[in-house]
Amino acid sequence: MTAPPIRKAGRPRPSEPREYQFPRFERRRLENGVELVVAPVTKLPLVTVAVLVDAGAVCDAAGREGTARLVAKLLLEGTTTSDGAELTERFERLGASVDAQADWDAAAVTLTALSEHLPAAFDLLGEVIRTPAFRPREVERLKAERLAELLQLRAEPRGLADELFSRFLYTASSRYARPEGGDERSVETIDREQLLSFYETRYVPGGTTVVVAGDIEADHAEELTRRALGAWTGVAAKRVTADDLPARRDRAVHIIAKPDAAQAELRIGHVGIPRNHPDFFPVNVMNAVLGGLFNSRINLNLREAHGYTYGAFSSFEWRRQAGPFVVSTAVRSDITDAATREVLMEIDRIRAEAISPDELSLATSYLDGVFPIRFETTTAIAAALSVLVLHGLPDDYYDRYRERVRAITSEQILEAAQRHLHPDAMQMVVVGDPSIVRALLEAMRLGVTTLYDTLGQPIA
Amino acid sequence: MQIPIVTFRLPNGLFVTLSEDHTAPIVAVNLWYHVGSANERSGRTGFAHLFEHMLFQGSEDVAANEHFELVQRAGGTLNGSTWLERTNYFETLPSNQLELALWLEANRMGKLLPAMTQQKLDTQRDVVMNERRWSMDNQPYGTWMEKLPALCFPQSHPFHHSLIGSMEDLTAASLEDVAQFFATYYTPDNAVLTIAGDFEPGEARQMIERHFGPIPRGTGKPPLPDMTLPPVFGQWKREVVADDIMLPRLFLAFRSPVFGSDDYYAASVCGAALGLRSGSRLRRRLVRERQIAAEASAFTFDLAKGADLLVVDVTARPGIAVEQLEQEVAYELDQVVRDGLLVTEVERAVAVIQTMFVSSMQEAGERADRLSLFATYFGDPHRLNEEVDRYAAVTTERVNEFIRTRLGENNRASLVYVPRDDGPGELVGAGVAAAAQ
Repeated sequence: MTAPPIRKAGRPRPSEPREYQFPRFERRRLENGVELVVAPVTKLPLVTVAVLVDAGAVCDAAGREGTARLVAKLLLEGTTTSDGAELTERFERLGASVDAQADWDAAAVTLTALSEHLPAAFDLLGEVIRTPAFRPREVERLKAERLAELLQLRAEPRGLADELFSRFLYTASSRYARPEGGDERSVETIDREQLLSFYETRYVPGGTTVVVAGDIEADHAEELTRRALGAWTGVAAKRVTADDLPARRDRAVHIIAKPDAAQAELRIGHVGIPRNHPDFFPVNVMNAVLGGLFNSRINLNLREAHGYTYGAFSSFEWRRQAGPFVVSTAVRSDITDAATREVLMEIDRIRAEAISPDELSLATSYLDGVFPIRFETTTAIAAALSVLVLHGLPDDYYDRYRERVRAITSEQILEAAQRHLHPDAMQMVVVGDPSIVRALLEAMRLGVTTLYDTLGQPIA
Repeated sequence: MQIPIVTFRLPNGLFVTLSEDHTAPIVAVNLWYHVGSANERSGRTGFAHLFEHMLFQGSEDVAANEHFELVQRAGGTLNGSTWLERTNYFETLPSNQLELALWLEANRMGKLLPAMTQQKLDTQRDVVMNERRWSMDNQPYGTWMEKLPALCFPQSHPFHHSLIGSMEDLTAASLEDVAQFFATYYTPDNAVLTIAGDFEPGEARQMIERHFGPIPRGTGKPPLPDMTLPPVFGQWKREVVADDIMLPRLFLAFRSPVFGSDDYYAASVCGAALGLRSGSRLRRRLVRERQIAAEASAFTFDLAKGADLLVVDVTARPGIAVEQLEQEVAYELDQVVRDGLLVTEVERAVAVIQTMFVSSMQEAGERADRLSLFATYFGDPHRLNEEVDRYAAVTTERVNEFIRTRLGENNRASLVYVPRDDGPGELVGAGVAAAAQ
């Protein structure tokens, strides 16, 4: 691309940067084993509380995938003293927003409230965690809602591509090969007794950390935690580790047939690395250059040079075990081959030669500079502290983050790309019109090509 | 909670709002141009949005995509967006990089055209066409954002046509259109600039004068046609769309008072009472109790000219046919029209809105954007500091008065999505009979 000559003169220079520190936080521990992490931040009269429980989706028993999510969601659907409607009403009359989720590595109940309503909302949070009722009617409703969600997914190309990508990536027995929230087969079979038993085993003070961020003193946070969860008893369950083995070692193409699709949704990637891998920082910077930023190689190539797509990005998903590395984009069906070729070329290129000093400094100065902007809200600070807790990162992790990013060299990036990107193991998932994309991809001779329906069943 | 606000206007007409907050070394720069899809001429739908893309393609002193590069290199985040009534551009950066963002915004406001080429236009046209496919055509129910305004606003009304535009019109857009649109609308007197966060006001003002001061005032823009509309549709409008979807979904819209008017706040609270969060009336009744819906929500479009829309959005549970979905939603609404909402329901809605509002004010970018909004629509960013009180002042009587006058059968528009395989034929007949009473 020929750019007009640029007169660099007259461009403003930055002034002296002002000091920024990630919010100070304090750790405490209740006698029953509940851990407490408090970051007092006085900006607006708001507090976020995240209760993290070692009850993530990796704890689901084989064949009962979706249990962890159902249990988490059912916490907010009624306690022994309030039914679901009353409970919701009690939270929302306080203006509090509350959400319960089970991610791969933990379940989290997250609350944000104005400071004046925090004590009452915190008490409710304790009630929710300690005395959920799992009323049969709500159990059945939430199962039905999950099934409705799965049904919707069959017509939603983006979600479908994400879900089936994971399925084709991991070995069939891996928890990661099945959706976080469970699928049609597993959700149908889960009953109330299993949910209760999961709750009783996994929801215990020993496996629980309360993260508090916002307009509150540590002592007050401890007092409220004690009031809500101090009398809670139970012994920590054993931590569960997911199997992160890949389904196959060779390249393969998986086409999910969506006749007449207006676009082809592409997912290209393989099993990545765990969050605690020593190469986390070089891999993160490498990914920023490859496809993590708007001005990354993949987006500039596919979107700005070729106009193939509205956007193309790459990412590593960080879990305790190895999550996926994936390049995601949606392109016009008839250039599915060209777009795939460009993505594979960019992956080869970043493995073949060192990135330029300009590219390196763009990525590192972005990650360094944007750091304070990532933590403007109590929710974002609580989420950052949750990452610390979940992955056992050191307390000075955020204080040292920026210097570690700045220290990355182009040699380290080349090494990270060579070590952690695997062109020969790429799984290519396309949700699109098979009458167009199949022939295009087969002609590329990328590997075994299989055609599936939207449930992921192979079709001849 | 009061946000500090200082305003002034440059001789060329640029309206400036400054709002200091030194809790973190972060600053947000936010620019609203008072032009959106409503200003497009016929045959050029989608142009305002395509033009937004072109603003990232460089200007006299900035190469294509360099705008993104410079801001990201500085550690900033950025984007732009287009709406029916406005287009905005925004950056959040480390506070020592304030001048970079001001310079970049001034450079493209003052000197965009030398950088425009046919090739850039062609590429961005392709990008936008892919954006259309991605966000609408290949997304279940994705066309609702285009079909609902088309159903609710008369053909001649500026809000009627598609914001993202038709493929045909996008193809027709030329470099000359770019030049003309730029000269007409991207002028300092048709824009407001807001800075929020960590900056020194005297310095910021000097920077603004230095970079934006030399840009000449515009020569005026063509007035929008009269956008006034009667308070109600006058009938129950209905359109059925067969789409590649699994579950029927109903968008039920009501014409409602324009954004920012006194009655708007009653409409907004009504929307929250009906469909914001799981304790809202429709979520409780249709999702929790009666289990007819998989999802239910309600919201306002927040249009500041002519008329706004309040929209109830309900997706059927598997096994619930579209006629039943429509009938049940109508039943719930009829009941609300007849009996009104309870005081506790209105209190819940206001409490939830207030917490959301305070939460959103934590981010410099969001504060700047809301200040720009009130500056653009009402020439008065101080309105932001009145939001909490305006919502607190909404009584149940006013919400119920709004419901009585606006939620009746003479002010409904149903946009109904049905799975394509079902074939809409028979279902349409049944639904129309129910709706036409």
